[in-house]
Amino acid sequence: MSNITSLMSIALGAILVNNFIFSQFLGCCPFLGVSKKLDTAVGMGVAVTFVMGLASAITWIVNEYILVKFDLLYMQTVVFILVIAALVQFIEMFLQKSMPSLYTALGIYLPLITTNCAVLGVALLNIQSNFNFIESVVYGITGGLGFLLAIVLFASVRERNVFADCPKCFEGFPIALVTAGLMALSFMGFSGLSVWG
Amino acid sequence: MNFGKQFKEGLITNNPVLVQLLGMCSTMAITTSFFNGLGMGVAVLIILTLSNIIIAAIRKIVPDKIRIAMFIVVIACFVTCVDLLLQAFVPALSASLGVFLPLIVVNCIILGRAEAFSYKNGIAASAVDGICQGFGYTVVLLIMCVIRELLGTGTFGGGILNGGDGIRLIPEQFGIKILTLPVGGFLCLACLIAAMQWALARPQKKEESK
Repeated sequence: MSNITSLMSIALGAILVNNFIFSQFLGCCPFLGVSKKLDTAVGMGVAVTFVMGLASAITWIVNEYILVKFDLLYMQTVVFILVIAALVQFIEMFLQKSMPSLYTALGIYLPLITTNCAVLGVALLNIQSNFNFIESVVYGITGGLGFLLAIVLFASVRERNVFADCPKCFEGFPIALVTAGLMALSFMGFSGLSVWG
Repeated sequence: MNFGKQFKEGLITNNPVLVQLLGMCSTMAITTSFFNGLGMGVAVLIILTLSNIIIAAIRKIVPDKIRIAMFIVVIACFVTCVDLLLQAFVPALSASLGVFLPLIVVNCIILGRAEAFSYKNGIAASAVDGICQGFGYTVVLLIMCVIRELLGTGTFGGGILNGGDGIRLIPEQFGIKILTLPVGGFLCLACLIAAMQWALARPQKKEESK
């Protein structure tokens, strides 16, 4: 059952210990940009989780069966970003047809996922850490869940932050960064957490 | 063309990181040593300038609808070139920047400048804009690196000076370790942006009090 254990430790690592935002700084732009309100933050988090899971699966297949096979590894960055851009476009069209309510809820955030470094980051990290297909998908989805957790927590703190009294020059963005920093500090408490198999 | 004005914009009044708030991820992630910051800054400067030139050159023949996709392809090509060059000639830098080197593709500064500036302006102006904005980004990275490295570990110029160890200015036991951790990145950038907001708000206040 070592396989399950290793998957568990990947999941735990991606959600808590090596959280994409708080310890790897991947996906900070949407994290800071789309966290003013809780409901949009939830929408963004769910969309990112979905895209990260799908992108991990597809980029792994593309890498294994096209890039490695034809010795085109130097094209990795270009191919991955194109795959992700196409994927986001497809998801957008699919949602528009089948789930218009979700589509309108996500609105502008859906196309923005293309330039979310967490998505390209997870694809590259999967290859760098030599994950197999299942591990990649698990890492993608749990990484997305980690992002969701972080952005939801952050948005709910930030909603209250608006009413707090803080120095004039720290208003707006800097105080949000300080908040994120303190949350990163608390997430450090998870380091050392691991699944013993 | 007003080089001085564009330079001042890139460095201070419209600084990509501190005022436009773009490219946060790399700014916080890699600013742990002077060498990293310098390497990343120069890499972004080169890629930004080249992609600005190309995008300004092709802006009239690219249909409006697929422009973002075109931008990304152009940027991704340059990033791949720089990535491979660094792997070949400066492997130490390439290893320490790690995944953030290919991630320059999705650095919002480059895409942002492509959309906001070079898609609307000529080749020469776009090249100048790339250099100025890239320079502004590099300066911010270096300031972050110096603060985090000096207060965090007590050294200066880690990675290049003194055989890679850096010059020790503060004894090791007085280093504020937290600044070298991810938390330090958030806090350091927060203080820099706050300082920038304070500095930019000052002349306005003076006018109001008159």
